[in-house]
Amino acid sequence: MHVVTRAYEYASDHRDELVAAIERHLLLVGIALGIGILVCVPLGTITARSRVASATLINGFNALRVIPSLAILFLALPYFGLSLKSAVLALTILALPPILINTDAAFRTIDPAIREAAYGMGMARREVLRRVEFPLAMPVIIAGIRTAAVEVIASATLAAFIGGGGLGRFITLGFATYDNAILLVGAVPVALLALIAEIGMSALQRALQPPTH
Amino acid sequence: MRAIHFDHVSKQFPGAPRPAVNDCSLEVEAGSFVVLVGPSGCGKTTLLKMVNRLYEPTGGTISIDGTEIRQLPVTELRRKIGYVIQQVGLFPHMTVAKNIAVVPQLLGWPREKIAARTDELLALIGLPPEEYRRRYPAQLSGGQQQRVGLARALAADPGVMLMDEPFGAIDAITRTGLQDEMARLQRTLKKTILFVTHDVEEALRLGDLIVVMRDGQIVQSGTPLSVLTQPADAFVHDLLGADDMVRQLGLLRVEETMETVPDGVRRSDGPTIGRDNDLRHALSLLLRTAATTLTVMEGETAVGTLTLDQIHRAVLTGKANEVHH
Repeated sequence: MHVVTRAYEYASDHRDELVAAIERHLLLVGIALGIGILVCVPLGTITARSRVASATLINGFNALRVIPSLAILFLALPYFGLSLKSAVLALTILALPPILINTDAAFRTIDPAIREAAYGMGMARREVLRRVEFPLAMPVIIAGIRTAAVEVIASATLAAFIGGGGLGRFITLGFATYDNAILLVGAVPVALLALIAEIGMSALQRALQPPTH
Repeated sequence: MRAIHFDHVSKQFPGAPRPAVNDCSLEVEAGSFVVLVGPSGCGKTTLLKMVNRLYEPTGGTISIDGTEIRQLPVTELRRKIGYVIQQVGLFPHMTVAKNIAVVPQLLGWPREKIAARTDELLALIGLPPEEYRRRYPAQLSGGQQQRVGLARALAADPGVMLMDEPFGAIDAITRTGLQDEMARLQRTLKKTILFVTHDVEEALRLGDLIVVMRDGQIVQSGTPLSVLTQPADAFVHDLLGADDMVRQLGLLRVEETMETVPDGVRRSDGPTIGRDNDLRHALSLLLRTAATTLTVMEGETAVGTLTLDQIHRAVLTGKANEVHH
């Protein structure tokens, strides 16, 4: 029997497991991205105002990212155990740099004349942020979240190594049993999720871009 | 709020060798058009930006209508002052209408009032509202963008307008058009305008009062004609091009120089000129038509005559009054 057909049959037979794995996968991605956004977007608005702060933080986060995610998983084990937390930690570290870098760049590249006009017309700091800076920065921030999302969706498969669940379960299982069909049941949905995230966020980014001509 | 009073105002930026503005005192009357002119680095922009507190003076005080500007919360002060800058600074993610509506929105105007005001201003600056209100800044030409910038500054009908080289980045032809329009608007709006430029021609065209600055200090202030005919020193003389007789003619009015004809009868079939025109136009017309006499008209009636000789005498005596009042 062809491997794709067998994969389809395996997926049909383990429908509930597959749905649960997708849900768990999305939960992992959602938490990691959520923390990444909550930490890095406010941080980026601050670092954009200081060259030193932005260089330090961006380099720091990038250095963290150099550590392989698998190594982080195992390093986190003694503290968080075989749980979702270890996986979330590793994934969050992946999500941080692109979001921080893009937020920082987005705020840094806002035309100073626009800021001056905003303050000169009597907007308070909060109003400038909400009505001018954020709307202008949004497309670039979304681009950062897009990069982070694709990376985290792919890497979330690693969670299976420490019992964190997700679509990686089928990949490790397929690998362990030399069964490529099972492996595909994990790999194909991961690829599709990454593709959906990429296309969806690109569309959002375009929609938020002010007209340039 | 209308009249602005600068009292021994200074601004020393940290680390700068000398103050950007050094002990400037100036009285700006309500409804007057005051132009700060001088070479770059003379402190004119710094002086302007202290009025809406984008910079804080390090010495002296600024008051508007007798109230020191630091008495008001800074955002409240700024919402009462129109601000136009050279780079325009329109918000690219907002439509033209939304841009103009910024200050009224900050002030919490009701929606219908904002919409009506936006359309009124678009009409005032010569951009038909139906066509332009939903456009984005990137879809406008440079000149149109600055018109919108002007409308945005006028939105909440501020008594005071600060304009920092507003036409500096615009091509020469469009700039002249905008200057004419600015002069026309000011005749009806009667704002107190503080206008910064390094373009002497522009300063003389627009200002009721010319304030010449150098090295952070006010060197001379006076009407365009007085600074041009009686420059305080060699610096002012050179900066304004006081030797430029044609420039002076631009500030003298036909009706102040002409010889009146009481009966309204035309003396010749030669070229005609309106009484509101300046002598620069009159001279140009005389030279172009090779006529000896111009008939000065008010509508369809001849009210006077003007000859080359009279123009010559007007320059020599400097008796005539300025165009701008």
